[in-house]
Amino acid sequence: MPKITFIEPSGTRREIDAIAGETGMQAATRNGVDGIIGECGGSCMCATCHCYTDPATAHLLVAPADMEADTLEFVAHDVRPESRLSCQIKLTDAHEGLVLHVVGGHG
Amino acid sequence: MTDGIIIIGAGHGGSQAAISLRQEGYEGPITLISDEADVPYHRPPLSKTFIKSEDQTLLPLRPERIYAEGGIALRLSTTVAAINTGAHTVSLTNGEVLRYAKLLIATGARARRLTVPGHDLAGIHYMRTADDARHLRDAIAGAHNIAVVGGGFIGLETACTLAGLGKAVTVLEAAPGLLGRVIAPVLAKHIAALIDGLGIKVQTSTTLDRVEGHDGTVTAVVSTHAERIEADLVLAGIGAEPNTELAAHAGLSCANGIVVDPSLRTSHPDVFAIGDCAAYLHPALGRQVRLESVQNATDHARLVARSMLGQPTAYNEVPWFWSDMGPNKLQIAGLSHDADRHVISGDPAGNAFSIYHFLNGRLVCVESLNRAGEHMLARKMLSVGFTPSDEQMAAGTDAIKAALLAAA
Repeated sequence: MPKITFIEPSGTRREIDAIAGETGMQAATRNGVDGIIGECGGSCMCATCHCYTDPATAHLLVAPADMEADTLEFVAHDVRPESRLSCQIKLTDAHEGLVLHVVGGHG
Repeated sequence: MTDGIIIIGAGHGGSQAAISLRQEGYEGPITLISDEADVPYHRPPLSKTFIKSEDQTLLPLRPERIYAEGGIALRLSTTVAAINTGAHTVSLTNGEVLRYAKLLIATGARARRLTVPGHDLAGIHYMRTADDARHLRDAIAGAHNIAVVGGGFIGLETACTLAGLGKAVTVLEAAPGLLGRVIAPVLAKHIAALIDGLGIKVQTSTTLDRVEGHDGTVTAVVSTHAERIEADLVLAGIGAEPNTELAAHAGLSCANGIVVDPSLRTSHPDVFAIGDCAAYLHPALGRQVRLESVQNATDHARLVARSMLGQPTAYNEVPWFWSDMGPNKLQIAGLSHDADRHVISGDPAGNAFSIYHFLNGRLVCVESLNRAGEHMLARKMLSVGFTPSDEQMAAGTDAIKAALLAAA
């Protein structure tokens, strides 16, 4: 049960007890985190779960796979080096303390 | 209370429309009616992951409390009996009558049912709703030989998932090839080989004559060539039919779907329709289409919210679609109807390639297998109307990407 934090576009901090095995997007949508939609259900196709990794916790994540990087490049807006699609982050206990800033701005 | 907006159907489209109406600033009442018991959920995972194990739960589109917080009255297990456009009312099967100022029909489509002899035997399944998926999942453990009727997306996706669970699966397809009507022949052939590699038996040009049973339960399917295939479970994936009956009985114009204008308004000015049940003039194709996809439903929903609030805009989004065949991801951007030229990008031998479809020299569709980046690139190209040159195509996706960015 890693505890992770989403910071919503409004700045609100949402601490969530994630379930090991679920994705960041699933943890966020299960808890109604603002700005995370997960429209494609986690198929890495819509970029409506776009987040920025907080620099202080970036070491908890491995680099995005090609598919995620390509989706970010062509579908997401406001892409930065620390951009991630939270549907591609499969959470384990090793993610304890992870902080993700939600980009939002999707309909 | 003023009459508000009623939405019939809480699939991907109806649910998104309710949310989008609030995001567009609408403050009146919204009633979202679903004849299903489940809080609106993601449909695509049903055939891909949900049926794999009892541990898999439905993935809600949004947590249930979002509807209450947004002032959206979510009425589950509620069935609409009739629409009266003159009185601006919706009658429910429980006798209740609800008034609306504007109505949105998002009733979707339903799995086409088998009609051959034996169609009512126990053990025949469909894949459309959460209940369909639950029934199938409950039956899988006791099944050994599974016949899948229909070699389209739903049939093949489910066949791959079932084969992955160790079941003996046979697919029956009436046409000479799998996915024949929807994707390029070269890609369809490649996917047929992948399906074969997963240990799934495929019989094309095979039409179902009847389903046989014993004590009311399926035991076999029999083809019109009198070939008998043992089966203790049948999954029929023979297409979908739009749920247009409510609209048609209300006198709304219907023709393979509820006919809507570019702002998604039906033949009655206060009634709109979106998603799988709506037939609309696609600007790029110049013809009436009815698409069954999540993207179509949710993009319709965002646009119809504006139309219903008096800011009509014409729908012109690039259609996209995906399907998982076991570990393989098929992604389609655009529509390939009428395309007159087809070019392969990548290497089919490496099981990762795309097919670019052109019409009159213009890119209209890209089908990609295990090429997620190229699919994203295709969506971008189609949305800005960019057509890569033969030289750029030959040089590969990096060259196409560079040319696209330079043109932007």
